[in-house]
Amino acid sequence: MARRVLLDFEKPLVELEEQIEQIRQLARDSEVDVSQQLLQLETLATRRREEIFNSLSPAQKIQVARHPQRPSTLDYIQVITDEWIELHGDRRGNDDRALVGGVGRIGDQAVVLLGHQKGRDMKENVARNFGMASPGGYRKAMRLMDHADRFRLPILSFIDTPGAYAGVKAEEEGQGEAIAVNLREMFRLRVPIIAVVIGEGGSGGALGIGVADRLLMFEHSVYTVASPEACASILWRDAAKAPAAAEALRITAADLLQLGLVDALLKEPSGGNHWAPMQAAETLRAALLGQLAELQTCSESALLEARYAKFRRMGQVLEGAATDPAFAP
Amino acid sequence: MSLFDWFADRRKNAPAVRASKGPEADEGDGLWSKCAECGLVVYRKDLIANASVCKGCGHHHRIDSSERIRLIADEGSFEPIDADLAPTDPLAFKDRRSYADRLRDTQRATGLRDAVVTGLCRLEGMPLALGVMDFRFMGGSMGSVVGEKLTRLVELATARRYPLLIVCASGGARMQEGMLSLMQMAKVSGALQRHRSAELLYLPLLTHPTTGGVTASFAMLGDLILAEPKAMIAFAGRRVIEQTLGEKLPDGFQTAEYLQDHGFVDTIVSRPELRGTLATLLRLHGSVRTPLSVAP
Repeated sequence: MARRVLLDFEKPLVELEEQIEQIRQLARDSEVDVSQQLLQLETLATRRREEIFNSLSPAQKIQVARHPQRPSTLDYIQVITDEWIELHGDRRGNDDRALVGGVGRIGDQAVVLLGHQKGRDMKENVARNFGMASPGGYRKAMRLMDHADRFRLPILSFIDTPGAYAGVKAEEEGQGEAIAVNLREMFRLRVPIIAVVIGEGGSGGALGIGVADRLLMFEHSVYTVASPEACASILWRDAAKAPAAAEALRITAADLLQLGLVDALLKEPSGGNHWAPMQAAETLRAALLGQLAELQTCSESALLEARYAKFRRMGQVLEGAATDPAFAP
Repeated sequence: MSLFDWFADRRKNAPAVRASKGPEADEGDGLWSKCAECGLVVYRKDLIANASVCKGCGHHHRIDSSERIRLIADEGSFEPIDADLAPTDPLAFKDRRSYADRLRDTQRATGLRDAVVTGLCRLEGMPLALGVMDFRFMGGSMGSVVGEKLTRLVELATARRYPLLIVCASGGARMQEGMLSLMQMAKVSGALQRHRSAELLYLPLLTHPTTGGVTASFAMLGDLILAEPKAMIAFAGRRVIEQTLGEKLPDGFQTAEYLQDHGFVDTIVSRPELRGTLATLLRLHGSVRTPLSVAP
């Protein structure tokens, strides 16, 4: 197995695994019966892993969500589809490799799949721009979604980005406009849209492919209005307060489920999706098939109405606040 | 993201700007006003009479929502809607200060409940749905109230078949409301989709500064996009771009003029000409569209 990148809080788990491996080695060399000790240690390791991952702080969840070995959009697509052809280009002169997409089949259902794509190592990350899509990426996504609308293919969208790319060229090419148009046009599409936050949902760059009938989140994924690092350096005037910001911003799947912004939380294998990627993919496939079956019972007009109503409800305001002369316009 | 950058920029640049250019126009004894750009000293009432545009250099001083409404709407025609909508503190957010405290203080200081005023008005007799963001209220940041009031305004405009003008001035999303504020981008955009498919005219006016989540939603969704001279219009803040890339920023980067050169702003309108330009545009597009079903 390739060397795993270790998070701080994973270290005790790895130490336990090493002990288990040593005992196994010992048993092979000396024919001593160690099955009891092994069983004990393995039970302990499982319990420790569950304890640690059941009580991750928001800041730790960010680390899990950004883990370089966490399965990516293309990893999932390759496992959950039965057929798949990647499609390229925004028809405006660009093919953004940070936002990928194509057509495929999942079970009996032909679909359009798209999502942010991070790299696994530095070289790949440079090619993928760390999953930060350019305006061309959002326009490519829109082109594929229009294609889906035309051929009545449901859309499966995978969110995994630190944010939309912030650069001179991105500004010149209209990053704001590209995202804005997607937000508006996704309300027009007559096909079911399911979005899943598989890792990091970074602000407008995530929402730009995230206007959906169903929004699902993997248990240790995060979805943020702004990165906790940026938030801390502005509101606390201290970037070191990022963990406090992560806590205050309510970025975890459980928080967002509670706030009514997320429809369902996808359970991760103990230790996070990077410990058992195939199991994570199976969870994802089953959830997508279930949600698709449900959404396909809706008529087009009911679907559009429900999507509008879903976002219409988001936000909390105080209505009929006492008229105070101080507030006269 | 950019809200933070913008504030950071402001903090970083503020001392230098003050040292080199003197006090802001709104500082002083109240009778006189000194232009922050060219240093021209004028009577405050003369400045206001000129739409708060400096006669020396054309600098557009920041104006609040009530002055903006006065400059756009026929006198006495503006009727606010949803003026009773007020923010809550859904996350019980606290940084160095609590969001609840910040809200209360800002409300007292500005006399506003939140960062946008919405309503219906007439412009040269033509009906118009008008939303005006107010930068004084927490940097014009978009939280639930801004999103909700704008959405209701757009829905009302659609129902009445009115054209729509939103005057943008915002640092972006209001982070104290977390993801609830991000979702306002989608909510307002959804309402605009319906206004658009009813073939109604939407004009955003981008004023200084229009950034972040506002740029990435309703600011950039106009049928025609208007901007004030030299307004800063950006998705990401300059600081982030400089830091992440080490790129030298081009001259005039992220100004209204720069965006017009790159194809994202239809026309730059100076404030004294705003009313006339809006009236012309409304007339050219038919101020109230007949319902589609009645059209021949």
